[in-house]
Amino acid sequence: MVDCYLGVDIGSVSTNLVLIDNGCHLIEKIYLRTQGNPVKAVIEGFASLVESVSKEGITIKGVGTTGSGRYLSSVLLGADVIKNEITAHAVAAAHLYPDVKTIIEIGGQDSKIIMLRNGIVNDFAMNTVCAAGTGSFLDQQASRLNINIQDFGERAALSKQAVRIAGRCGVFAESDMIHKQQMGYPMEDIIMGLCEALVRNYLNNVGKGKKIEGPVVFQGGVAANAGLRRAFEKVLGMPIKVPQHYDVMGAIGAGILAMEKIQRSRINTQFRGGTFILEGDFKTSSHECQGCPNICEVVCIKRDREVLAYWGDRCKKWESSLNEKTSIGLQVV
Amino acid sequence: MKVTFPHMGNMHIAIKALMAGLKLEVVPPPSISKRTFELGIKNSPEFACMPLKLNLGNFIEALENGADTIVMAGGWGPCRFGYYAQVERDILEGLGYQFQMIVLEAPDSKAYDLIQQIKALGENVSFWEAVKAIKYGWSKLNALEVLERQFDYYLPRARDKDRVEMIYDGAVVNIDRAGSKTEADEAAGQAIKKMGMVDLKAGLPLKIGIVGEIYTMFEPAANYDIYRLLGRMDVQVSRSAYLTEWLNDHIMGGYVKKSNRKNLIACAKPYLNYEVGGHGLETVGNTVHFARRQHDGIIQIGPLTCMPEIVAQSIIPSISEKEGVPCMTLWFDELSGTAGLSTRLEAFVDMVHRKKVPADNHIKEA
Repeated sequence: MVDCYLGVDIGSVSTNLVLIDNGCHLIEKIYLRTQGNPVKAVIEGFASLVESVSKEGITIKGVGTTGSGRYLSSVLLGADVIKNEITAHAVAAAHLYPDVKTIIEIGGQDSKIIMLRNGIVNDFAMNTVCAAGTGSFLDQQASRLNINIQDFGERAALSKQAVRIAGRCGVFAESDMIHKQQMGYPMEDIIMGLCEALVRNYLNNVGKGKKIEGPVVFQGGVAANAGLRRAFEKVLGMPIKVPQHYDVMGAIGAGILAMEKIQRSRINTQFRGGTFILEGDFKTSSHECQGCPNICEVVCIKRDREVLAYWGDRCKKWESSLNEKTSIGLQVV
Repeated sequence: MKVTFPHMGNMHIAIKALMAGLKLEVVPPPSISKRTFELGIKNSPEFACMPLKLNLGNFIEALENGADTIVMAGGWGPCRFGYYAQVERDILEGLGYQFQMIVLEAPDSKAYDLIQQIKALGENVSFWEAVKAIKYGWSKLNALEVLERQFDYYLPRARDKDRVEMIYDGAVVNIDRAGSKTEADEAAGQAIKKMGMVDLKAGLPLKIGIVGEIYTMFEPAANYDIYRLLGRMDVQVSRSAYLTEWLNDHIMGGYVKKSNRKNLIACAKPYLNYEVGGHGLETVGNTVHFARRQHDGIIQIGPLTCMPEIVAQSIIPSISEKEGVPCMTLWFDELSGTAGLSTRLEAFVDMVHRKKVPADNHIKEA
């Protein structure tokens, strides 16, 4: 039996699960699309993870979750550590490259820049209100041009002379692209132009005024895009490192954090076990709480008939109602 | 005459008291809800900032409840707010509402002018009665401020945060109901005593200062209750503004209370030497002020598209570097999901924490 730690990163676009061993080596990774249903994604991901390592025989000693669905996945799996994406990405990158100073992370809806000094996050920024320049926008443009997103970067990399595309706003970038396309510019040059526009947008909006120092690590699903990698290198004028498992770095970070916590404090994991997640019937529902004028949309998640969690209420009335029950339950036992 | 006014945090409590002293009937707008947002957004220009939209939502709901007079603050200067009363009147008239609008302008020289303005508002009120009404409203604001300061102190330290919030919410209602200054002070005092009996965690919490645009700082509906979100993460927040200070500086002409403005303007140098409208200069001044008062981090908040805050935002990175304090800017708009907000807050708190605690303890705390 091998001891290992589970890291889960549920993002808007992809759900990633990884197993790492005591030495932080990756044993197995699963990358799948969330497709708007994080509960299903976690269950499916976990099932295929268990299946692929079933021969080796592993025990899960700890669980860490991150990403925008981190609370949801922690309810489903029972997490020891629930961490925001910034910390998770920084931990994973700093583990692989101890001297890293800047992390560029571009995911489905979010793009971030993280500055590290001596392996500690020193400053960070995230895109605020505009999702132009993130994975979702690239996805959309690829399907509009009828190019497989996997080939998007390769096609861009073929370009010799990028076309100038307006990158200020996703909508205008799109109309600029259509205009250039109708003028007859080659597809490769337009795609590469888009990549450069996105990089400029990223540096202006996310990296606003921050000094980017090397070594620079580029991670997140979008790091697969060779065109964007090239555009970053060109604009920044320095080499960019892309880790081998760039697409699951958040999950790796969550796994490392879980491992550190378990090993330091020598506690048992909160992990609920494989049967809990694989054999239950999970349902989510929401209702508007009429308790006060905030009228919060309260989400409830159930396994069979048992309520696992509430959230979404600003006053925490629903959230804490459950805590009381569980603590009373513990006292009885 | 049935008077209404826009919401801004706990301000309605003081205004209700003031209006009662002026022998006016008050119809406060219902608390800001999803419907307020919807009404405001539907009827406002798209590019206007959140405060205008919420004001407008407040007015529509109050007019529906029978109000016929709106009291709104005016102002001058390059920030759009000075013009909002006029814009709002225009929109409401366009929607077919019948009402009267009274715009309170900050007096430029004499306290006498202000009292005259407020006296004119009341029905057959003597000068002396107007002064008394102002004092009564002011006493409630003071009680609320004392309460808020203690709340900010106890929330991050308490083990049972629900209880602290409950005590605070209860006390706010009691201050609203109080019929005199003594009763209001007593309500605040009792709540503080109760908070003092709550079990506290060991150790000092992180200290984070909040700076930025005034409406967003005061109105929990506009900032998603950022003070409580942070308090629940065991962070002690320092508010850069309290209602008493703001009203004192901007409506009362600086007569009621000693102003901190001079200190802020001095702090802002050499980063920003001029007024840039709205609250821009104060934001820069407060950022420096907090940095020098040993705060672990500073968060700037404002409504999206707010020009003075955009100016301040571009100056903050250099303050952050020179004074050695991490800073973050958050813009608020009509998003209803708080996931993005709590991720950013968590990440910021995490970063501040890891910077402060020596390397060996990182993982234990993480």
